[in-house]
Amino acid sequence: MLNAIDLAPVWLTLQLATVTTVVLLLLGTPLAWWLAHTGSRWRTPLEAVVALPLVLPPTVLGFYLLILLGPEGWLGGPWQGMTGSPLTFTFSGLVIASVFYSLPFVVQPLQGAFTNVGRKPLESAWSLGARPLDTFVTVVMPLARRGYIMAAVLGFTHTLGEFGVVLMVGGSIPGKTQVLSIAIFERVEVMDYATAHLLSIGLLGFTFVVLLLVYGMQRGERR
Amino acid sequence: MSRLQGRFHLQQAGFTLAAEFDLPAQGASAIFGPSGAGKSTLLRCIAGLERSPGGYLRLGDELLQDETLGIFVPPYKRRFGFVFQEPRLFSHLSVHGNLEYGYKRVAPGQRTVEWQQVVTLLALQPLLARTVSHLSLGEQQRVAIGRALLSSPRLLLLDEPLASLDEQRKQEIIPYIQRLNHELHLPLLYVSHSLAEILPLAQTLLLLSHGTVVASGPLLEVCSDLRWADSLGALAGAVLETRVASHDHDFGLTQLDLHGQPLYVPLQNAAVGSELRVQVLARNVALILEPPTSATSVLNVLQATVMEIAEAAVDQHAVQVKLDVGAPLLASISRKSLHTLALVPGQRLYVMIKAVSMG
Repeated sequence: MLNAIDLAPVWLTLQLATVTTVVLLLLGTPLAWWLAHTGSRWRTPLEAVVALPLVLPPTVLGFYLLILLGPEGWLGGPWQGMTGSPLTFTFSGLVIASVFYSLPFVVQPLQGAFTNVGRKPLESAWSLGARPLDTFVTVVMPLARRGYIMAAVLGFTHTLGEFGVVLMVGGSIPGKTQVLSIAIFERVEVMDYATAHLLSIGLLGFTFVVLLLVYGMQRGERR
Repeated sequence: MSRLQGRFHLQQAGFTLAAEFDLPAQGASAIFGPSGAGKSTLLRCIAGLERSPGGYLRLGDELLQDETLGIFVPPYKRRFGFVFQEPRLFSHLSVHGNLEYGYKRVAPGQRTVEWQQVVTLLALQPLLARTVSHLSLGEQQRVAIGRALLSSPRLLLLDEPLASLDEQRKQEIIPYIQRLNHELHLPLLYVSHSLAEILPLAQTLLLLSHGTVVASGPLLEVCSDLRWADSLGALAGAVLETRVASHDHDFGLTQLDLHGQPLYVPLQNAAVGSELRVQVLARNVALILEPPTSATSVLNVLQATVMEIAEAAVDQHAVQVKLDVGAPLLASISRKSLHTLALVPGQRLYVMIKAVSMG
């Protein structure tokens, strides 16, 4: 029975979630830092934009991403000109879409963590001769580590469960864009409940255990 | 002699700082004034932590800030150590890690203090292996001072470093700060609203009130200058340099020698012959024309000569009088008393000192 299951969607999903999380942590750090410290009037509008994927139907997000990433799109066009291949219905396209989709799950915990760290440790570090980047790496990041763990876990697990956006932008090409949630959907469509169960319970269990570990860790640290 | 000169103008919610100063960049200088005078803000401007339009700062011949020329040396390049009101240790690092933070960032050839020197001076050895959360507040502040010292600053800024500590802890830390100045020859700039903290430490005083510099100069001179007595209010009072003459353990008193006149204070933990600075608040000095003929509970009755009487506004009931008791002494008396005693400069009389404050 187990041998009969195609594990490709599982690996693809893990790969997508890992790459997306890494990209999000890299992009989310400066964005969250800016949001936590700026006095700019653009802050509130940008915060709202970052939060959009939380409430927007994934199909709406997916629809615009499809246009953006398509051969005629702002992103898809130049990409195709440079690499010769389209962005839509590819793994790279999925990564870009997932980055948008999971953005608030990474940026918000980081922003909260940076706000909590505050200005005081920065001032201490500067007065001890540490430059801003040095201060960020040696003081802010260690002090914001809980926010980083939270951001990584939420970004990762949220990307694992992505469905609507992937369907719009990536379709369901086995081994290329067919992720776990889509595979489950397709198993259900063909009435293969046994496989759908197995995949679903796997995803459910995995996500639960990860969240359990993280929340447990946070509680333990607070003591 | 190298000097620290600056000019800062800063507008904050409900508060304006407009301070210009010129201080010796050696020894210890105190920025003193009532709460809300802008002392901490001024210190933060000097450190580069607050940016003020038109701000100007020069240390010796090095220009650190001149906003009109677009010059602003950021705080991490000023090499000014900063000790905050709260210890602000890095909670993710051990005591050793905290001390090492600034130390590591100075090239060995550029260090002006050595690790062991600071550890010994501040008695940090027993704390090194501990985590920050296992230290008392007093110990944390000692580590914070050590951390700032180990970054080899050329000027140490202290922003009410004892404010978060209780009286006992304060007494514990003050000698360490004195030793910084004496043993490391590190110039200090010390912000406080408590003259008792400044007294044993500072040679120079910058008097700040409502965001502006009221007076600046040698501590003893500023404190006994009638011109500033009004802005100091209840804090006005001369600082006197005395020498410990003897201890009387039976009555719990120490006799100080004030230029030949005895001054009795509660028993001090200081060696006979050592110098001690004390302050006599103007409001604790009473004047009497003849020595008291019957017994009095006031221990300290000194001979004095009237030097100067402050111009008093008609609507004020109190008048400041400057006297000579071997050193200048200020007295705050009522205008009515001034009239009754018919005081004139040069007149000889006696002062009764009701209380003496110690550093």
